[in-house]
Amino acid sequence: WAANHKTSLQRPEIKLESLKEDIKEFFKLSGWEKKLQNAVYSELSVFPLPSHPVAPLEHLKEPLVYMRKAQASWEKRILKSLNSMCTELSIPLARKRPVGEQKELLNKWNEMGTDEPDLSHFRPVYAPKDFLEVLINLRNPNYENGDSLSFRTHLGLIQVPLKVKDIPELKEFFIELGLNTGQLGIDDSTQVPPELFENEHVRIGQQVLAKQDTAAAQQYIRQGSPTALRADLWTLILNISCQPEDILYYEQLKTNVIQHDLLVDSLIYKDVKLTASNDDYYFVFEDYLYQVLLCFSRDTSVLGHFTYNSASPPKSYIRGKLGLEDYAVFYPPNGVIPFHGFSMYVAPLCFLYHEPFKLYQMFREMYVRFFFRLHSISSHPSGIVSLCLLFETLLQTYLPQLFYHLREIGAQPLRISFKWMVRAFSGYLATDQLLLLWDRILGYNSLEILAVLAAAVFAFRAVNLMEVTSLAAAEAVLADLSTLKVMPLLQIFLFATVT
Amino acid sequence: MAGKVKWVTDIEKSVLINNFEKRGWIQVTENEDWNFYWMSVQTIRNVFSVETGYRLSDDQIVNHFPNHYELTRKDLMVKNIKRYRKELEKEGSPLAEKDENGKYLYLDFVPITYMLPADYNLFVEEFRKSPCSTWIMKPCGKAQGKGIFLINKLSQIKKWSRDSKTSSFVSQSTKEAYVISLYINNPLLIGGRKFDLRLYVLVSTYRPLRCYMYKLGFCRFCTVKYTPSTSELDNMFVHLTNVAIQKHGDDYNHIHGGKWTVSNLRLYLESTRGREVTSKLFDEIHWVIVQSLKAVAPVMNNDKHCFECYGYDIIIDDKLKPWLIEVNASPSLTSSTANDRILKYNLINDTLNIAVPNGEVPDCKWNKSPPKEALGHYEILYDEELAQGDGADRELRSRPGQPLGPRGSRSRDSGKGILTTWK
Repeated sequence: WAANHKTSLQRPEIKLESLKEDIKEFFKLSGWEKKLQNAVYSELSVFPLPSHPVAPLEHLKEPLVYMRKAQASWEKRILKSLNSMCTELSIPLARKRPVGEQKELLNKWNEMGTDEPDLSHFRPVYAPKDFLEVLINLRNPNYENGDSLSFRTHLGLIQVPLKVKDIPELKEFFIELGLNTGQLGIDDSTQVPPELFENEHVRIGQQVLAKQDTAAAQQYIRQGSPTALRADLWTLILNISCQPEDILYYEQLKTNVIQHDLLVDSLIYKDVKLTASNDDYYFVFEDYLYQVLLCFSRDTSVLGHFTYNSASPPKSYIRGKLGLEDYAVFYPPNGVIPFHGFSMYVAPLCFLYHEPFKLYQMFREMYVRFFFRLHSISSHPSGIVSLCLLFETLLQTYLPQLFYHLREIGAQPLRISFKWMVRAFSGYLATDQLLLLWDRILGYNSLEILAVLAAAVFAFRAVNLMEVTSLAAAEAVLADLSTLKVMPLLQIFLFATVT
Repeated sequence: MAGKVKWVTDIEKSVLINNFEKRGWIQVTENEDWNFYWMSVQTIRNVFSVETGYRLSDDQIVNHFPNHYELTRKDLMVKNIKRYRKELEKEGSPLAEKDENGKYLYLDFVPITYMLPADYNLFVEEFRKSPCSTWIMKPCGKAQGKGIFLINKLSQIKKWSRDSKTSSFVSQSTKEAYVISLYINNPLLIGGRKFDLRLYVLVSTYRPLRCYMYKLGFCRFCTVKYTPSTSELDNMFVHLTNVAIQKHGDDYNHIHGGKWTVSNLRLYLESTRGREVTSKLFDEIHWVIVQSLKAVAPVMNNDKHCFECYGYDIIIDDKLKPWLIEVNASPSLTSSTANDRILKYNLINDTLNIAVPNGEVPDCKWNKSPPKEALGHYEILYDEELAQGDGADRELRSRPGQPLGPRGSRSRDSGKGILTTWK
């Protein structure tokens, strides 16, 4: 930046005395002030608040010891599972591709979906329900609830004492979703004249984009994004700009994929085939998913997010050098082991971005800002543990009859809603509804809305659920969410239900 | 005239039969007194043929127009559209306006097409203008992608040359007639794949023209990545989107069947291209359909016992221009996936609700104006009577989802004036 603008600063109008003012003015005029503001705002959204100077780094990842321990032992299990699959199938974790194979892959880069390697021996490393079992067994060893069973006893599966918001607090947090505020997803339906809300909202959206202001965009999108503006708004909020360096970086990752084959590639391949390829909305984009996920697993810049993620990247050792730190490598290179359904994080983005490198950047940013929290054990309010607890607490507090009934018939609600939350509802909602939901995740910089929606869905289908007498029947009532309209559900649950 | 509707069909498909049975209709044979006959196209030929034709009575309805082939045969459709355009040009209609290259501004929606062997020489002249172009050969009377192939060299169609001495081909036999059209080699691709649109259009009368568009159309994707490379010209999995062909490809998936809803398409296009161009595209698609119907309306035998549900095949190119490929009189009622079955069941259901109001014994003298509540997933595409009632200008304003006339209600598309999006 400095090199580019050095010459502009050498103009005669700029005097030494007023240099400070001149630079400030220059920032404003050239648009750099806005860009810097956006960058700072983004950093603030991502990184945790400054902590005590003496606090060790691991506290940034996760302040509670028992959580850290639980995460570490879960990671050990996953890595063990991966290694044993490796040994069983006699496939190395990584290998360099012979030149012929490299050429072939390069030719097929845009249609990897047509490849049909034999994946029958591969199993996903874990599925959401395996992870749920781990969360169910989480206990805080310092917490002794000496009271006998009372109405305060938590009847759900999660038994750790984390603070979660109640409905009054949620109403305040999600104040823009209130009944008196216009929403996309509600006030843009065909029965409502567009002059009442939609037209003006679109106009404001266009202005926000013109101003290129991240903070304004984030505030704006709380009321939902117009379809035509969404791709640009998300880019602005996540502060993604496609510079030539970024495209080059993506191409470099692609080269890595061509040159080396990783075991996780097969896992990714299998996951896409099992999930997105069979999805009514996303099957069209199958090939893009490979192009994104294979590159993603080789992207070492992703390692950066582990400073604030309770998880740590799995370490592997060069053959024969077990335990020698000098020969330790992160595996996969980006430190993220995919699980069953992982590709569904990328799929909805294909509706917005049709250039692979743009799609890639957006997905990567969404992952290191939000999605990682859905499969690591932490005390963060947007972490999956808190979301589960929030969901169960909302249900138990505001729909106690339903909650009690389901529990009695062996259908703990979390067993059904867990998979929705882990996937951020991708693959369960219709795409247009999902995008409206993710608008709000970006707008509020929080995943709590997933737990609220899960509770709202149960509330919506409460009548039918009260009639069922088994877990299977409860699952059946909640099997198809594709007709749900998320905003009305959320609004009614938060603002129109008597509490 | 009380009593249940008596129905006959020669198409044994569950989506049909379930719909008849759920209305409590009674199945009879063709020789008995029937009220409703869902016929195959072969049967309709017999019913209305000059030799064997019999008179239908007022309480009998059939699902085809006698000469539907004016629209549904590839060569006749093109002929009728060309004739329609010339007529409009002659009367100086603004619709027939051309641009500086002589291309119709508003009526250029069918790829350049010639009949073979009749127009062979004309075709050769056109071919030589752009010798690198690819053309698609389609037999006039077949369906499901049968007999279609692509060519990019004149030698590949030598035998259709009229002058050819080696031609054992008797050109007068209409069964062997082919059409050759300029192949659209720049189709809009999504996820790198080619697709076409299947839209259902119900016509209850041609004069005045009253037609409905089914809101739940779908896109059919090819399973193999699209490539315009000449080496793949023979690979029908790349080029033809007919499900009948794709079903046999290695990658055919029986859950989604390679199909997308039109609303997915709309969401994708709006998200990646913006609202205005997407609305314009859909407006143009509706326009194309209405114009094609208007083109054949004058020659159609507007028999009051008839209605027809057409399957329109449309391809969108990468400039977001829709092209009419063909119209099917007997769109497939076979279901390739569970979603498909539901869609086709609902299609027949909504069609019957409009064609046979209240499920009662029909009286074909009725005004064929069903109440809005009976439309189901159909919406009015064009209603000539209503349009004319408000002056000739309104003819241009047939937007789906909007009741026609001065009190047009909210449209889903941009709030701009209708005329600006049509013209």
